[in-house]
Amino acid sequence: MNFSEAVLKNDEKAIFQLRELYNQYGYSLYKVSKFEEYDLYARNKNFLVSQNILSFTDTNGKLMALKPDVTLSIIKNIPDHDTVTHKFCYNETVYRTSTDSDGFREIMQTGLECIGAIDLYAECEVIMLAMRSLQTISNAYILDLSHMGMLEGLLEEAGITGADRTDFIHLIESKNTHSLMALCQAKKISETMQENLRTLTELYLPIRQALPVLKGILIGTKMQQAYESLQSICQVMEQYSLADHLYLDFSVVNDVNYYDGICFKGFVHEIPESVLSGGRYDRLLHRLEKKSGAIGFAVYLDRLERLEDGAASTVYDADVVLQYEQGTDAKKILEVQSSLHREGKRVITLSSFDPALRYRQLMKLTNGGIEILETND
Amino acid sequence: MINIALPKGRLGEKAYGIFEQAGFECPSIHEESRKLIFENAEKGVRYFWVKPSDVVIYVERGAADIGIAGKDIILEYQPDIYELADLGIGKCRMAVAAKKDFVDRRDRTLRVATKFPNIAKSYYASLSREIDIIKLNGSIELAPILGLSDVIVDIVETGKTLLENDLEPKSDIVPISARLVSNKVSYKFKNERIRGICEQINEVLKARA
Repeated sequence: MNFSEAVLKNDEKAIFQLRELYNQYGYSLYKVSKFEEYDLYARNKNFLVSQNILSFTDTNGKLMALKPDVTLSIIKNIPDHDTVTHKFCYNETVYRTSTDSDGFREIMQTGLECIGAIDLYAECEVIMLAMRSLQTISNAYILDLSHMGMLEGLLEEAGITGADRTDFIHLIESKNTHSLMALCQAKKISETMQENLRTLTELYLPIRQALPVLKGILIGTKMQQAYESLQSICQVMEQYSLADHLYLDFSVVNDVNYYDGICFKGFVHEIPESVLSGGRYDRLLHRLEKKSGAIGFAVYLDRLERLEDGAASTVYDADVVLQYEQGTDAKKILEVQSSLHREGKRVITLSSFDPALRYRQLMKLTNGGIEILETND
Repeated sequence: MINIALPKGRLGEKAYGIFEQAGFECPSIHEESRKLIFENAEKGVRYFWVKPSDVVIYVERGAADIGIAGKDIILEYQPDIYELADLGIGKCRMAVAAKKDFVDRRDRTLRVATKFPNIAKSYYASLSREIDIIKLNGSIELAPILGLSDVIVDIVETGKTLLENDLEPKSDIVPISARLVSNKVSYKFKNERIRGICEQINEVLKARA
């Protein structure tokens, strides 16, 4: 079926374009049910973006949930392999409570998961697809990349553990250097470590420029390994010609109980919040007693509503309002309407219309002929 | 152009003073008028006054790229934003206060009146204390006097208002001051500009200290 893209809203357009993109790389569409047993989420609550789950009792008295997340449903059903890799993409509605009210929201999400043996190529392919997804949405895009190993390594070397760790991570997340330094002093962290923590928190540069800065603060094997992994990713992304849009930013933090390795968030200029989020989540699979590795991301399609529609077509309800006089020959109306359609115009045909209707042209059709009454453009 | 949300009132005026000193002045802001937005195209800044508790909302949702918000508001609303600098103005503290003769009995639920329910909840949760939150929008000091609550959680600057009402601070929760905050996406796409403003403000703060 042929149709004009102009009739699609931004999120609808994105669904098709992203599915095509993911299919090109062999990610097959995976459909999951709207409902899952509540237990699946209860055991892994912190993995979810919103921890309030909408639940209900089914006819057998079992507690069920409206799925708040797609990843858990997919990995639950994937055979556990650490030598074979599965690639899936999805386009699903998830249900979450809204933070602004006690109500709930239906959110359209699209994304992909790569599960099994994850090597450098697989990781880079997912990052590349995340960046191409952002590119589909807007030309002004940035993917912020972080590495949990880098953050954990530095905190370990600085001797920050337990409850303190959460406080430190929270301050790094909000780039709150002044409070971070105050906390360092209160916890008697060495001056070198304080400076390293400051550098990591304030770092915000394209990956190519960020790596030399990062090199200056490496201590211990964990940070070294994370650095090497980021370095390899940078080289591959340069090959994809995407490195200019890839930034290092350690304020991107995911829950350490589920995520390890890289994590990332995507932004486009026109939308004041992240539109994409993902990362390496091997630890979630280990918690579910699976030995596979996994990486994936989700695109928040509901947030694309904020994007301006490029086409002026949205300003008007129709290109032409074709108003006919009562008693006009129906065959003639059809004829005129068809000829306008052939010119590619959107036509509303009626005998009387709401004055609030927005149109480019108003045409009046009588048995005598067509008359253009008004033109707006 | 950088959109800057300032809190209405004395704190906002002081904060604007810092921006002015840092080289981001906007003379029209001093003119008496009903205008809501003040712009200096040459310096690339646009200021607007909003209710102090709304600053973080404007910034989180990207209507303002940066703004000045009290730490009390940031702690209460937990917005997803960056906190880039402590301006060191509007200094006060979040504290628990009660009638001078109040004796805290751990054998009953504590009734807490406050404008800041989230701060109060997390403070008492850290003490494993069961509380009954009474959310008020003003005149918090009245609550313990009239027996509406046992204690209040509120901002204390000098403690004078408390004293005049026969109340006294019992324990401090957290120190408060004005912070420079930024929208996360603006920080990425207007990075050089926002960092520049931040650095110049830090220079002014250093000179003042």
